[in-house]
Amino acid sequence: MSTVRVLVGTRKGAFVLTADGKRDKWDVSGPFFAGWEIYHVKGSPVDPNRLYASQSSGWFGQVIQRSDDGGKSWEAPGGGITATPGEMPKGESNKFAYDTSSPDGSPLHTHQWYDGTQHPWEFKRVWHLEPSLHDPDTVYAGVEDAGLFRSTNGGQSWSELAGLRGHGTGPRWQPGAGGMCLHTIILDPQDPERIYVAISAAGAFRTDDGGKTWKPTNRGLFSQYIPDPRAEVGHCVHHMAMHPSRPGVLFMQKHWDVMRSDNAGDDWREVSGNLPTDFGFVVDVHAHEPETVYVVPIKSDSEHFPLEGKLRVYRSKSGGDEWEPLTKGLPQKDCYVNVLRDAMAVDSLDSCGVYFGTTGGQVFVSPDGGDNWSAIVQSLPAVLSMEVQTLP
Amino acid sequence: MIRVVLPAHLRTLARVDGEVSIEVPAPVTQRSVLDSLERQYPVLCGTIRDHVTLERRPFLRFFACEEDLSLESPDTPLPEKVASGDEPFLIVGAIAGG
Repeated sequence: MSTVRVLVGTRKGAFVLTADGKRDKWDVSGPFFAGWEIYHVKGSPVDPNRLYASQSSGWFGQVIQRSDDGGKSWEAPGGGITATPGEMPKGESNKFAYDTSSPDGSPLHTHQWYDGTQHPWEFKRVWHLEPSLHDPDTVYAGVEDAGLFRSTNGGQSWSELAGLRGHGTGPRWQPGAGGMCLHTIILDPQDPERIYVAISAAGAFRTDDGGKTWKPTNRGLFSQYIPDPRAEVGHCVHHMAMHPSRPGVLFMQKHWDVMRSDNAGDDWREVSGNLPTDFGFVVDVHAHEPETVYVVPIKSDSEHFPLEGKLRVYRSKSGGDEWEPLTKGLPQKDCYVNVLRDAMAVDSLDSCGVYFGTTGGQVFVSPDGGDNWSAIVQSLPAVLSMEVQTLP
Repeated sequence: MIRVVLPAHLRTLARVDGEVSIEVPAPVTQRSVLDSLERQYPVLCGTIRDHVTLERRPFLRFFACEEDLSLESPDTPLPEKVASGDEPFLIVGAIAGG
């Protein structure tokens, strides 16, 4: 029988939750990296036992961790005790140094600060790790301040795909409330040269040449809180999702508005429909039904909790516009948690499992596509991210 | 041997208990101690001082012999008792919040 492995990143460590295909009895292991913020943990699609984790701290900065046994043990790549001083890698798995030159050689080292002035790029942490679909040693990292890095040696060293920051709009990017972060990386399973990313608050971007050149893909987005609501960049995209069978169709949870694109991000249209509020962070797509989409509406940008204290997932089976609340097994009173942007995932079992974690430390699972929910755990530290691996 | 006391999280990261002892070539300064420490424990690169600028991370402080050395030049020789191994070089996480 297949098993599922849920990789949970929290404010105070990582946890690994495992169950068989019934998904009713769970084994909880962790905390790994106790006391550190774990923004993201994700496994390689090529080698599911190869996991990457982003470990960070306001005191000690960024550490990249890697596991080759499905999360039982971890190692900072190239970070072990030196056998022969001077010969080992110099801890470069933790080094994310921005390329300070744009492709034409002119310097690019500032973005817009909160007050509108220009501010230098400063690395803070890795928000999202996206392992390659083809090579377990290749992994992408989306970082704050927004940039995209790639490692081709299992996380031992990183280099920036500087064409993203260098394509010209970088000086107009600005931080959202959570910082200026590149939080979403989507690799096109049918076109290895195509990558989508999303940045808060800059918007969505796409490359069609493996990361050398990029363009903003924000036409159709409307953000009332910026001077030009239809600007080319400056939109606070919270998350994006894609079904692997239809890589040209994208769903987006923007700051406000749930959006859809049917042409790889070239144009977007709003599909918020009958949602009670279209503010939120997560969005995801059913593993087998490309038109079935999930969001968790949050009251507003100033009140980051569910409406009326009722934790409700909303599901659309029509690719947006028409949404139904899913409540069975979820707290329907006095619930004032948030569900952060990377904290929802799906498994690929025949009966698709849907998972999400909350800032209250709950992790919920629905083994039947959202109809019924139960809590795997109730009291973890605040959940920052969640990924699910479906294992044979 | 130079004795270095790390904050708890960095001891965990480096997989050491208690103080660490490292060989440091003369002159014994903050820079030479940290260079040697990072050479022996590469995972600590970037966690005490910035990878690129090599400046002390903002929430860390350096102490030795009951003195705050955080704002000293990284090339100023450390106290003789640190250089002789009688006293440890302390890397301390600043308390933020309560």
